[in-house]
Amino acid sequence: MFVNLKTKEIQLKIVYYGPGRGGKTTNLEYLNQKFRDRIKTEMVSLKTQDDRTLFFDFLPIGLGSIKGYNIRIQLYTVPGQVKYNATRKLVLKGVDGVVFVADAQQEQRAKNVESLNNLYENLKAHNIDIFDIPLVLQYNKVDLKESEIPLLAMETLQNDLNSRLKVPAFEASALNGRNVVPTLKKIISMTMASVQDKIK
Amino acid sequence: MNYGIVDRAQLEDIKTAMLEILISKGVECVILLDKAGNTIATADNGVCDYDIYAFTALGAGNFATVESMANIVGENDFTQFFHTGEKTNIYFCKVDDNLLMVSVFGKDLSLGYLRLNVADLMHKIRLICRQGIEQSGR
Repeated sequence: MFVNLKTKEIQLKIVYYGPGRGGKTTNLEYLNQKFRDRIKTEMVSLKTQDDRTLFFDFLPIGLGSIKGYNIRIQLYTVPGQVKYNATRKLVLKGVDGVVFVADAQQEQRAKNVESLNNLYENLKAHNIDIFDIPLVLQYNKVDLKESEIPLLAMETLQNDLNSRLKVPAFEASALNGRNVVPTLKKIISMTMASVQDKIK
Repeated sequence: MNYGIVDRAQLEDIKTAMLEILISKGVECVILLDKAGNTIATADNGVCDYDIYAFTALGAGNFATVESMANIVGENDFTQFFHTGEKTNIYFCKVDDNLLMVSVFGKDLSLGYLRLNVADLMHKIRLICRQGIEQSGR
């Protein structure tokens, strides 16, 4: 977070984290389309040749003014592939809030847990406790139910990922936009509350 | 929080220093940023029209990458590096443990001359931040 007293702007960093091909970039792409009028710039994506996130995606969104300060939310994703842990850790530098995008497909169950554990470790490397930072879980790809792809039940996902964290969680489909905006709104409100505590 | 930049006057002073020390000498654009990718202060020649927020995010990422490479070869970090293009060049340097600076300049300006002026600007910025830290500590 940086508070610019000259331009009266607060910059916040929210990172979308989760296993590879879980839908982090799709979340940002949906938001980029949905809020095109509030986003003055192009979304930045550092991708591999086969269209996987190599370093991060970046999307800044202006939220308007709160108590005389313009709020600028900077959304980042991390590369989900296991081999890119070094870059994942770099993107978490200075993070103010995290959205963990889990993949609701049954076959991705272990990868969700592995990625959440990895988030815990990488936050710890930045001296951040996963239990202290604003965090929202998103169980993505629920639309695949219509294609008869086996999905994990909400209770299973909650037990696997949220039994100790007890943070807000949303079933979502980043592809068609279901619960993408509510996820963002929730993490923004939690991050803003956390920032207000810090400013006091 | 805020790296010692605790009031509006400090940001005014930083911008003035950027304009006087770099922009007046022919630098197109200068950005002071933090390692998290936040834009702290910017100044430009009024001609260039870069997407500063994207530039800042990419600049912080670039620094982070180079720092990691430095660690691999047994260095703590590389405090400065630059990219050279046909018409435009970018010079990166580390101001302190938290702050970084990116300068965009054309082929009319030599790197050596730029570095001398950047060193002067960094000294001023460090002083401004230190004064802020002392003020807020009182």
